Amino acid sequence: MKFTLSWLKEHLDTDASLNEITDRLTAIGLELEGVENPADALRPFRVAKVLEAGPHPNADKLRLLKVDDGSGEPWQVVCGAPNARQGLVGVFGPPGTYVPGPAFTLKPAKIRDVESFGMMCSYRELELGEDHDGIIELPEDAPVGTSFADYAGLDDPVIEVSVTPNKQDCMGVRGIARDLAASGIGTLKPLSEVYRSGVDPVEGSGEAPDVRTDDSAGCPAFYAQNVSGLKNGAAPKWMADRLKAIGQKPISVLVDITNFVSIDLGRPLHVYDRAKLSGGLVARKAKDGEEVLALNGKTYALDASMTVIADSAQVHDIGGIMGGEDSGVSDDTTDVLIECAYFDPEHIARTGQKLMLTSDARQRFERGVDPAFLEQGLAIATRLVLEHCGGTASPVTRSGAAPVEPRTVAYDPAYCAALGGIDVPASEQQAILERLGFGIDSSATPWTITVPSWRRDVAGKADIVEEVVRITGIDAIPSTPLPRLPGVARPTASPAQLQERRVRRLAAARGLNEAVNWSFISDKEAAPFGGGGWVLANPISEDLKVMRPSLLPGLLSAAKRNLDRGAGSVRLFELGRRYFKAEDGTSLERTTLGIVLSGDKTPRDWRSGKAQAFTAHDVKAEVLALLDAAGAPAAKLMDFAPDSAGPGDHYHPGQAATLRLGPKNVLAAYGTLHPSTARAFGFKPVHGPVIVAELFLDTIPLKARGSAMREAYAPPALQAVTRDFAFLVDAKLPAGDLVRAVKGADKKHITDARVFDSFAGQGVPEGKLSLAIEVTLQPVDKSFGDDELKAIADAVVKAAAKLGAELRG
Amino acid sequence: MADIEQLQQDYLARIATADLAALEDIRIAALGKQGAITGLLKTLGGMSPEERQEQGPRINGAREAVTAAIAARKDALESAALNERLAAEAIDLTLPVAPSPQGSVHPVAQVMDELAEIFADLGFAVATGPEIESGWYNFTALNMPETHPARAMHDTFYFPDTGPDGEPMLLRTHTSPVQIRTMMAQKPPIRIIAPGRTYRSDSDATHTPMFHQVEGLVIDKGITMAHLKWTLETFVRAFFERDDIVLRLRPSYFPFTEPSAEVDVGFTVEKGKRVIGGDPTGPNGGWMEILGSGMVNPKVIEHCGLDPDEWQGFAFGCGIDRLAMLKYGMDDLRAFFDGDLRWLKHYGFSSLDVPTLSGGVGA
Repeated sequence: MKFTLSWLKEHLDTDASLNEITDRLTAIGLELEGVENPADALRPFRVAKVLEAGPHPNADKLRLLKVDDGSGEPWQVVCGAPNARQGLVGVFGPPGTYVPGPAFTLKPAKIRDVESFGMMCSYRELELGEDHDGIIELPEDAPVGTSFADYAGLDDPVIEVSVTPNKQDCMGVRGIARDLAASGIGTLKPLSEVYRSGVDPVEGSGEAPDVRTDDSAGCPAFYAQNVSGLKNGAAPKWMADRLKAIGQKPISVLVDITNFVSIDLGRPLHVYDRAKLSGGLVARKAKDGEEVLALNGKTYALDASMTVIADSAQVHDIGGIMGGEDSGVSDDTTDVLIECAYFDPEHIARTGQKLMLTSDARQRFERGVDPAFLEQGLAIATRLVLEHCGGTASPVTRSGAAPVEPRTVAYDPAYCAALGGIDVPASEQQAILERLGFGIDSSATPWTITVPSWRRDVAGKADIVEEVVRITGIDAIPSTPLPRLPGVARPTASPAQLQERRVRRLAAARGLNEAVNWSFISDKEAAPFGGGGWVLANPISEDLKVMRPSLLPGLLSAAKRNLDRGAGSVRLFELGRRYFKAEDGTSLERTTLGIVLSGDKTPRDWRSGKAQAFTAHDVKAEVLALLDAAGAPAAKLMDFAPDSAGPGDHYHPGQAATLRLGPKNVLAAYGTLHPSTARAFGFKPVHGPVIVAELFLDTIPLKARGSAMREAYAPPALQAVTRDFAFLVDAKLPAGDLVRAVKGADKKHITDARVFDSFAGQGVPEGKLSLAIEVTLQPVDKSFGDDELKAIADAVVKAAAKLGAELRG
Repeated sequence: MADIEQLQQDYLARIATADLAALEDIRIAALGKQGAITGLLKTLGGMSPEERQEQGPRINGAREAVTAAIAARKDALESAALNERLAAEAIDLTLPVAPSPQGSVHPVAQVMDELAEIFADLGFAVATGPEIESGWYNFTALNMPETHPARAMHDTFYFPDTGPDGEPMLLRTHTSPVQIRTMMAQKPPIRIIAPGRTYRSDSDATHTPMFHQVEGLVIDKGITMAHLKWTLETFVRAFFERDDIVLRLRPSYFPFTEPSAEVDVGFTVEKGKRVIGGDPTGPNGGWMEILGSGMVNPKVIEHCGLDPDEWQGFAFGCGIDRLAMLKYGMDDLRAFFDGDLRWLKHYGFSSLDVPTLSGGVGA
């Protein structure tokens, strides 16, 4: 909302300075967006007279002027304007002046070998309009030597405030003035003093306009008055200046009157050219398929939920949002119908949303205009038209009624301290509220407060507190400590939050860098990962459209970007959600940790030689460490080769696996990315294998915070011993199976079994593999005797043999 | 018997220049079973007591002197040999070791941990909620019915789907729906913060379509706006680790709070950068908006099935990415979501930088 200081002062009688006013605007909830005085840029420009205008010796189209700007000796100015002539009074910028339009600073210059000092300016050069046909011509009696900004009344700061959606009353300058007055900045002038042409209804004569509302829900009240025999033309200078000052282009006096009243009083109006209407006007619901060419030049298709104003032939107005082109006023208009209606805010909002059409009228009706201001609003408009366009008025037609029933709130003034935390004396509260227009019956507590018709937002006692607090000054609220719970602060993080913190910090400790990637990805990126269940209807771009079913697409894209930037080694992880649909149509969001490893695992090095690429076993190490930190039971984890439960087709079928608790519960998937998937993300063979993993944290059973006490334990008195076994196995046998079999051979004594060598080649038959396993044996009551050791060894060999493993000699 | 002394002198002279092998030969020649000194010792048995009295100490003295000389020489030789070997074993320790990969925690995660720590001290737990929400939780329950003008200001991302409550499914535009879910799920008193991802259809240098917010909610008896003000002051001062931070409340409007206030924080410009704290009214000072807040609207409390005459409280919301930028000095929001390793390593945090009350919440 923009207005000028002088405009505000039309309504507000005040001596307050500009700064006091703008500070107060922010303090009462009308946040200052900016103040700009157009005169600031025009200070050096003066009213000046052309004393002489002669030909330029070296150019036909240039004139040589002597200009008196009241400063002493006349200036010599070379000027190309066609209207530059002796006796002209215009606007002069002396040397050293910055000219805002063309954005340069005037310097003494030689133009075609003749010296020129300063410039006579056009409107466009001063950014005061588009006119550049010649230099500005002021009336001959304009006082030479005075500041042009002062002379033209431009020394009027333009103030812009942001009006929150609840403050519908401040969508007019008068509402802002009322708020300022309530806060002690001056007093609000009576409306009749502001509109000297009058604010009472015009009786009129002849036939009243034929208007009615058939849509009492969408348009509860439709008031109208005709003015006949008028002449449309330019708006009076004061009105045009006001509109121009806030960036509105004056169009014609009839249109400008409606714009002015809308901005001044927050009261939108519409004026129809009666010559273009067929019969009376009706506010009704549109018919499906009806169309209207609106004043913005666009055609809108309407439907039966929308309220329109139509005559017998066509729709002329999208009620309360925008008028129609076909019945708009023009210079030839002589007979008009002035509409002052009340449109229902919810209807306006829905229609505006459907048509995706915003307008100053919609903004106001949608927030809710003052339903009690139809009579006066129409009267003010009619009187302005009569004053500036002549003509005669008809009587007023009033169809329907706006919702003006007074609303009351029961309010205990003690509630201000109880909710707002600031103790404002009851008498002061009453005074504030009365200045804002509230009616107070304080004869009993709670008070009965009548809400002014223009405050649709105030519905309850909390709203009353807000009014009192904002006018008192919200910054005056004291600062009171929250009551502290006794004792030491208790832990507040949930087990899931603790789990996330642990895995995040462990991942970083292990050398992985945490990224935060978009939750939405493209269709193309989602496809290899099974596609996404949630697809945005209005994405910001096709790249950010599908809610990710996996963290890998984002990580892969990030990894690729890093490789493209020359990164030699990429270790990225992300901790975030994957998005799925629950059966009931709500969202199922699964907390997941994703990892991508790409580039060199180790760079070439004087000790280790060539650079090493990452392998699936590298990421397995990360996965196991992170699962452990997440609280997964390491001993119960099972390796699974790819199957229908995972890890999925985006993995290399021979270099990927899942870790599970039971056959279906997949805790983590990891391995080498399928080369086709890697290619789809832009990886090239030169980048080497791309290694990825996902830990599905939500599948890991969380341990509730239990007792701090540990299970009793004493280190065994007897030392453990190790025995090595080398087996020849089928090369396809998973080593994990053999280890599990070996461990199971004697559960009482075997505490660990670990593969320490895997060898194929000389001495090992084709299709076979030599696996060497170190078995740890823990004696329980007494040290092992030779017989016992032999028995255990035999059991190990026997268990291994079931998998076709032969003990190597 | 001058030859005993002579013998000893000869041996000592030979020992002084012997290498290890020669030394062994000398030991055998002098002290071995057939050795010269051993032979002399054997002669003691055939001597008269007087003679033995005289010769015994001389011969034993020679034996001891030679034995000691051999041991000393051996020590010296071995020590020299070891020194020589060690000198040969010298390695160049200026050669580099392979660097350990430098992992990092994202600033957003770090700031969330800092917030959790600061608010835990005030008794706030961390709550979470879904990011794909229904219009009811994101708007309606927060006193923003379908036709509310504020709803249009949210630049909402919608899904074509309708939720089980008949409202459209959307990406939450703020963390405020967690307020609703918390109030519906647990009985007051409530003190929570709810950090998380939020989404608005907006993209420029200071806006990204995805960003992070933290919500705060207190519902109890007798909670007023004065408690809100103290809580925000305490939080901001703890977070930026400065005591000279001043806040300014400005009346504003959020449909879900009443009264509502936007909160500005004072800053000063130091070395061309805005730093939170200092005198905002001084020559290098100013105010910047950092959060929105207010007393929870009684209608919202009612929507959650609580009696607004019994329970009241406050709520606030704040951008986490912005908090991080203001505290740690990043100036481009988009870099947060780019995954550039160089940026992550520079602005990220070590795994060991765990914010704690005793160690400080800043790293």
